[in-house]
Amino acid sequence: MNPSSSNPLTFQELILRLQTFWAERGCVLQQPYDVEVGAGTMAPETFLRVLGPKAYKVAYVQPSRRPADGRYGENPNRLYKHMQLQVILKPPPENVQELYLESLSAIGIDLHAHDIKFEEDNWEAPTLSAWGVGWQVMLDGLEITQFTYFQQCGGLDLFPISAELTYGLERIAAFLQDVDSIYDIVWARDPETGAVVKYGDVRLADEQQFSVYNFEAADVEKTWKHFELYEAECKALLDTYNESYKPNQEQELKEVELRLDRESIPKRPAKSRFPLLAAYDLCLKCSHLFNILDARGAISVTERVGVIARVRALAVGIANAWVDQQESEDDVGGGTMESEPVRGRLPKRKAEKLAPVGS
Amino acid sequence: MADFLLEIGCEEIPARMIDAASRELRERVAGLLGRERLNAGEITSFDTPRRLAVIAHRIPASQSDVSEQITGPSLNHSYKDGQPTQAAISFAKKAGVDVSQLEKTTTPKGEYLSARITKKGRAAAEILAENLPRELASIYWPKNMYWRKPNERFVRPVRWIVAMLDGEAIPLEFGGIKARNLSRGHRILADRQVMIPRAGSAYVDVLRSAKVLGRAEREQQIRKALDVATSTISGACWREDKTLLDTVVNLTEFPSVVLGGFDPQFLQLPEEVLVTVMRDHQKYFAVEDASGKLLPHFLAVLNTDGDSQGLIRHGNERVLRARFNDARFFWETDQKKSLLERLDLLRHVTFQKDLGTYYEKTQRVQRLCSWLSEIIRQSGMAIRPGVIHKAAALAKTDLTTELVKEFTELQGIVGGLYARVQQLDSSLPEATRFAIADAIYDHYKPESTEGDVPRSMEGAVLSIGDKADTIAGMFALGLAPSGSKDPFALRRQANGIVKVIDKYKLPLKLNEMMRDARAGYQGSAAERKFVDAAAFEESTQAFFRERLEFYLKDVLGYGYDVVNAVLAAGADDVVDAIARAEAVKQVMHMPEFAAIGAACKRMRNILRQAEEKGIKPAEAFEGLADSPPEEKNLAAYIETYGPRIEEHRRKKEYSDALLLLSSARERVDAFFDKVMVMVEDAKVRANRLALLRTLLKEFSTIADFSEIATEVK
Repeated sequence: MNPSSSNPLTFQELILRLQTFWAERGCVLQQPYDVEVGAGTMAPETFLRVLGPKAYKVAYVQPSRRPADGRYGENPNRLYKHMQLQVILKPPPENVQELYLESLSAIGIDLHAHDIKFEEDNWEAPTLSAWGVGWQVMLDGLEITQFTYFQQCGGLDLFPISAELTYGLERIAAFLQDVDSIYDIVWARDPETGAVVKYGDVRLADEQQFSVYNFEAADVEKTWKHFELYEAECKALLDTYNESYKPNQEQELKEVELRLDRESIPKRPAKSRFPLLAAYDLCLKCSHLFNILDARGAISVTERVGVIARVRALAVGIANAWVDQQESEDDVGGGTMESEPVRGRLPKRKAEKLAPVGS
Repeated sequence: MADFLLEIGCEEIPARMIDAASRELRERVAGLLGRERLNAGEITSFDTPRRLAVIAHRIPASQSDVSEQITGPSLNHSYKDGQPTQAAISFAKKAGVDVSQLEKTTTPKGEYLSARITKKGRAAAEILAENLPRELASIYWPKNMYWRKPNERFVRPVRWIVAMLDGEAIPLEFGGIKARNLSRGHRILADRQVMIPRAGSAYVDVLRSAKVLGRAEREQQIRKALDVATSTISGACWREDKTLLDTVVNLTEFPSVVLGGFDPQFLQLPEEVLVTVMRDHQKYFAVEDASGKLLPHFLAVLNTDGDSQGLIRHGNERVLRARFNDARFFWETDQKKSLLERLDLLRHVTFQKDLGTYYEKTQRVQRLCSWLSEIIRQSGMAIRPGVIHKAAALAKTDLTTELVKEFTELQGIVGGLYARVQQLDSSLPEATRFAIADAIYDHYKPESTEGDVPRSMEGAVLSIGDKADTIAGMFALGLAPSGSKDPFALRRQANGIVKVIDKYKLPLKLNEMMRDARAGYQGSAAERKFVDAAAFEESTQAFFRERLEFYLKDVLGYGYDVVNAVLAAGADDVVDAIARAEAVKQVMHMPEFAAIGAACKRMRNILRQAEEKGIKPAEAFEGLADSPPEEKNLAAYIETYGPRIEEHRRKKEYSDALLLLSSARERVDAFFDKVMVMVEDAKVRANRLALLRTLLKEFSTIADFSEIATEVK
């Protein structure tokens, strides 16, 4: 007996339906972010887009890595990497709950034959200094979605706020297909032959191998080293941004420029071109490396709080700089698109080169 | 007269907040109506997860007009040569009356001009529309949010408002929503706007037809449905759980119940685990047989009108199966590493950021517990050997288990269950192993003032040691609870200590215990952040005195004067303080003690005044040849009765001691009648002061009767 219909959606059809649904309601369909994240919230399409005043609507699938949640592929309900479908509605429309319920109908759930509840669940991410209030949406006793009204992100009060809908895709697919193990979810069905490819066929190897890596094989010393390098690089960028674009600094610079021969000194880069997005990627790297170290049992109790605070400091610094950069985009960017940086104002290159992670 | 209806339509309000908010809204509306002279005949409230409503029956359509006297300029300045002055004319104009209608009023300050004016009553609709938004914005929420403007906060976004006087909507606006006469039905069963024809009881009827029921009706419907569903299994009943019932009542607008089942094989898992999964994680009621044994069934409360296709039951069974499978998986995984082996893992679990790890805590608690055990053993009470030390070593190891990581509320319990099934040490007899398991299982108890204390003496000692260590560490860091801030629940833990000491009648001195608990941190990194020993002692003493006071008053029910009197004579020994309170309660109604109380107060005052003047009592009282008989009598009394009273006190026969003391009354009274203490003769004076000091000490070692004096007539 299948809970929805005799022909439930495959995993990929589920994704397609939800994407279509939200695209038809004006969302930009983004692609999964290509840096490791623990949740869709951490992708810049959420973390940075919810900041500042600009309205935005976006939907994307985000594979989310949580090293400590790995179970070597042996537990039918837990994964090292799961898929979220993330929707950001900024600002939230008045009928946001109704829209959400419509999206469930769109994936074949007859709301009249099921039990839906919105149960209080407030979300908080200490490493991002972000929090919101909302619910876990329960469908016949199963948590299928996290529904959050963001209130703060990167330590900043949000205005307007955003609604974040995070669908747990594996759970929903297992529900629709009525299977007890995630690995039995039908991912794709060949329309010609009817042959099926299951979740296990596609992903079991990741779960096994990454569990081994995260729990046993990751080289603790090198991982720490990576963490420190990424952190240093991120901090250097942030420091440069803050030194270059603090209000009083800008004034001084203008004065200097006035006094000097304009032709003889290269103009500083447009503020809008400053690579804060790159700084954020570096921050995400740190967050993921922290998670690996944590899963590896390599972070002592005394260190733990401190390391979280270090990642948070990066995230908060970037959020503040990002808001500043967005605010002044118009007056800085206009007309003076200079690519040549002011001497000495480029982020200082460290002597040691970053090891190419993942290659 | 008109009926008034206010309904705030909201996105799902957290279940735990609805009851209090509904009550508060009702009180706020009642308060507003009262202040504005619009008193209602009756005010009822109606609430569901998506709405808070109030119906005020029979309120006046407008305020009545009121006549008011206002005061103007003084009479001297109002008339000149019999003619009204400019001041009088202006006043009359301001008051809207003719000068000839002005009256005079006599006040304590003199005579003034006055006028009687009529204040027109305002319409109820206008007053309500103007004032209700402020009342709504003031409702307290444990956690609120903004969604439109940052300064506009409510628990969740407001989506509609109904505000009506009889059949008319009133111009109320809140959270950017204008009130209308349109409510909404059940989210799924009647997903539409619902027209409210008029305020009053019609509202409830209209909502019922839109599949929305009030709180009482929902509770009744759930109870009935639970009964009906359970009746299909012979001999079964559902396990009553008031907290769970309140939760599901506030998660539904139109509830029904579905009975589901699970594989009986899961019953091999401990009941504690199964019930926690069902109750805390799935909000299911457990089903048991007549003997209270768990049956492989559960009851889920739905927010819809049934499950005709069986899909909801099927879905819930699937979720529970996954949860139970997880629990079983965790249970089996956990067995791969024994509690003994887990002890070392505690080096990686933080207890508190400045106080180090649970490994260090374990070592401290072990030491503290053996010290406590020694004191208890010396007093002749029985403690089984080899239990506490082992139990303390393993008590926190379950924090590293998968099961506790998943179900944190089962900490302690899981440790106890594992200790029971694991071979802790091959040399241990089974009885000892079980005693260790029980002590671990119980060591978080009592969880509340009403909660059970540990079942065994060993569990009791471990419970005390664990809590004392936490309290000592936090107070030493200067992190005493203040006001509503008590993140480590130190008050609850201290209440627990007091209760366990009382129930087991343990000979423990709080001050000494806390000093020793603090000593456990000696040499640790935390110590550098500690406040000095004197400040620690002062703050923990005051804290435990407060807790003991709470226990004596609120738990044992002693009157506050008895409690104050008893604690003034010492708050260090819980059992002793309770025994003294009981003795004082027995005798305090006797007139002798009223007199003794008054005498104590007098003695205390005299001694204090002497001290302020730098006059010292003699080392000891000695009988002087020319002492008046009253003085000699009183001294003789102390000499005769003192040792006997002391003997009773030593045996903790406080009632007997107090009864003996009461016989001093006449001599004390006579002494104060006839003898002057603060005389010129320094030697006599010092001698008498010494007598008073001795006497006061006799009286106040059990209770400070001056605390009771004024209360007993």
